[in-house]
Amino acid sequence: MMEKDNDKILSEVTTGEYKYGFYSNIEMDRIPKGLSEEVVRLISFKKNEPEWLLDFRLKSYRHWLTMKMPTWPNLRIPPINYQDIIFYAAPKERKNLKSVDDIDPELRKTFDKLGIPLEEQKHLAGVAVDAVIDSVSIKTTFKETLAEMGIIFCSFSDAVKEYPDLVKRYMGSVVPYTDNFFATLNSAVFSDGSFCYIPKGVRCPMELSTYFRINSANTGQFERTLLIADEESYVSYLEGCTAPSRDENQLHAAIVEIVAEKNAEVKYSTVQNWYPGDKEGKGGVFNFVTKRGMCKGENSKISWTQIETGSAITWKYPSCILRGDNSTGEFYSVAVTNNHQQADTGTKMTHIGKNTKSTVVSKGISAGYGQNSYRGLVKVLKNATNARNYSQCDSLLLGDKCGAHTFPYLEVDNSTSIVEHEATTSKIGEDQIFYCNQRGISTEDAIGLIVNGYAREVINKLPMEFAVEAQKLLQISLEGSVG
Amino acid sequence: MLIINNLKASIGGKSILKGISLEVKPGEIHAIMGPNGSGKSTLAAVLAGREFVEVTEGTVTYFGKNLLEMAAEDRAKEGIFLGFQYPIEIPGVSMVNFMKTAVNEHRKHKGLDPLSASDFLKLMRDKKELVEIDSKLANRSVNEGFSGGEKKKNEIFQMAMLDPKLAILDETDSGLDIDALRIVANGVNKLKHPDNSFIVITHYQRLLDYIIPDVVHVLYDGRIVKTAGKELALELEEKGYDWIKKEIENNVEA
Ligand SMILES: Nc1ncnc2c1ncn2[C@@H]1O[C@H](COP(=O)(O)OP(=O)(O)O)[C@@H](O)[C@H]1O
Ligand SMILES: [Mg+2]
Repeated sequence: MMEKDNDKILSEVTTGEYKYGFYSNIEMDRIPKGLSEEVVRLISFKKNEPEWLLDFRLKSYRHWLTMKMPTWPNLRIPPINYQDIIFYAAPKERKNLKSVDDIDPELRKTFDKLGIPLEEQKHLAGVAVDAVIDSVSIKTTFKETLAEMGIIFCSFSDAVKEYPDLVKRYMGSVVPYTDNFFATLNSAVFSDGSFCYIPKGVRCPMELSTYFRINSANTGQFERTLLIADEESYVSYLEGCTAPSRDENQLHAAIVEIVAEKNAEVKYSTVQNWYPGDKEGKGGVFNFVTKRGMCKGENSKISWTQIETGSAITWKYPSCILRGDNSTGEFYSVAVTNNHQQADTGTKMTHIGKNTKSTVVSKGISAGYGQNSYRGLVKVLKNATNARNYSQCDSLLLGDKCGAHTFPYLEVDNSTSIVEHEATTSKIGEDQIFYCNQRGISTEDAIGLIVNGYAREVINKLPMEFAVEAQKLLQISLEGSVG
Repeated sequence: MLIINNLKASIGGKSILKGISLEVKPGEIHAIMGPNGSGKSTLAAVLAGREFVEVTEGTVTYFGKNLLEMAAEDRAKEGIFLGFQYPIEIPGVSMVNFMKTAVNEHRKHKGLDPLSASDFLKLMRDKKELVEIDSKLANRSVNEGFSGGEKKKNEIFQMAMLDPKLAILDETDSGLDIDALRIVANGVNKLKHPDNSFIVITHYQRLLDYIIPDVVHVLYDGRIVKTAGKELALELEEKGYDWIKKEIENNVEA
């Protein structure tokens, strides 16, 4: 294959733009920039929180002050000035919303434009949505329908008020407040997020989803999601995210905690499309997220699927703690880095129980000057007899200025376990593109086809309704500087 | 429909085609034969629009247009089909999806609406039958894990789907057993009509037992050194390429 022609062909692909870069002029209640104990108290006060939650925040904040940002990721992160970030911004006039009509029309328009109508009747059948803008949840659809089955699906703030016992019992049980720099920061200043509880024996009849939107400038987004699947229950959950195009970077540091009790199954899918920055690498969201699931009971299963196309920098490792015997953890990931995007992402599978099983399929795609690292840890503890892990980690390069890196770590303390790791790196072939061209398919469409083919194993894991969206997104995010 | 005039081309500075002239009229089947390395695939690559082959001299006219100025996908949509000597695998892309994209691009080019899913599947079924291709092939990823013979049959199937005006088949017969060879040849014969043409590149004459060419050319060292009727293929089979080589060397000496 001739390098020069390959580059030429790849760079012929036309320019694609970030579709969700608009800003909505919504009346906001913002607190002043900066971070201090005062600010932590102010957030808690604004949210009218109980004492125990304020204590949790303060304890986290004090711990955070003793921590340093880790330097181990394969990322170049500019210094972050925490005194320059607004830690709380909420749309005004959120009195007591009785119906969608009480929502600020500007807000409704925003979500309509994003393809997330807040009116239930307009919605994709079978999908319930919690819509979060900046620091607060605006509206949770199908709440009542779900409540009839005992399913709780609401904003985190509402859960704190209405189900304090559940929140107290599970919050921080999977990601402790001391876990890592950004998780600890989140524990101190988190604003809102989604809460979900599926009671014993209930199969949630619809997809639950949270849609995160950053709107305000200079604002960090720190949401927290807590998902509990009680015994014998099942839920499929999806999160999506977008942000306006801005020249400055914005910090997003979230926590997702999942607990799966005995025989429960949770599918958690992410289509991450935060603003990636412009072609020169200016602006974009820093996406530093801690996601972890605990397979607490026997035969429980947690499955992470992520399509990561956005953000200037992505740093996340959706992980599973396989505590229950016979429990299963899965991680399916497609991460795209184009232009100057960087991603350091992967998973941690910790095998504690007997006969635990984990599967990791990671597909990295790098284009432009993008840098894509897979970092994965498979840890088998002493008592995890017959643990099994299979990891497959593929990298696809488009052009020769981008990079793919793989950092697999293994810690095995049980000799009956079987751990397999496979890795491949390939370049998108000029031969493949020409083969498509010769059948009348343009280079741009050819790249879309080839990339989607490459990512198919992961896309197939997404709920049907979102698989098509994800395919389009993959193609769009690779338009432009492939070459 | 196709007029090649004194075509010279090189790859990476090395001259491969050294002055080829050839005219293909509607309804004709031309066979191009010649030893390995003589430039047959390079000629096919130039016609299909492969960029790494650099045209240094000469012209190619296709239905009155300068073919060399057209992008590869436009040539395809204007009816040029290349059956690859080594078909490419595209993992994860189903034949259905691949062909649907291709067929609809062709339709768009002609100002037609895309086919509905059911019409498309019907077209697939009809063409599969026509070229006697195993149904299962069409449900797999493009050429992925196909045997050599399956890949070649798949090229014929794609040709049937796209219904080209000029099909260039580059050694579609190599590596085929006799049954597969018959399937490939029958496919060509069924698709042939008075308005479309074929350039059949082959190393052996046995394919020409099934596909009867109007003209046979022998390509040697980047030049067409002999052009005649179908009997030339038989003569080549009998005497081998050495005969051509000797004849050329004698000419040079004389
Ligand atoms: N991609 C390429 N790079 C360099 N040389 C090539 C390439 N393709 C073909 N060639 C050279 O061009 C000449 C003709 O090859 P080819 O057209 O494949 O012959 P044929 O199809 O008649 O066997 C050979 O000498 C071959 O080595
Ligand atoms: Mg050849």
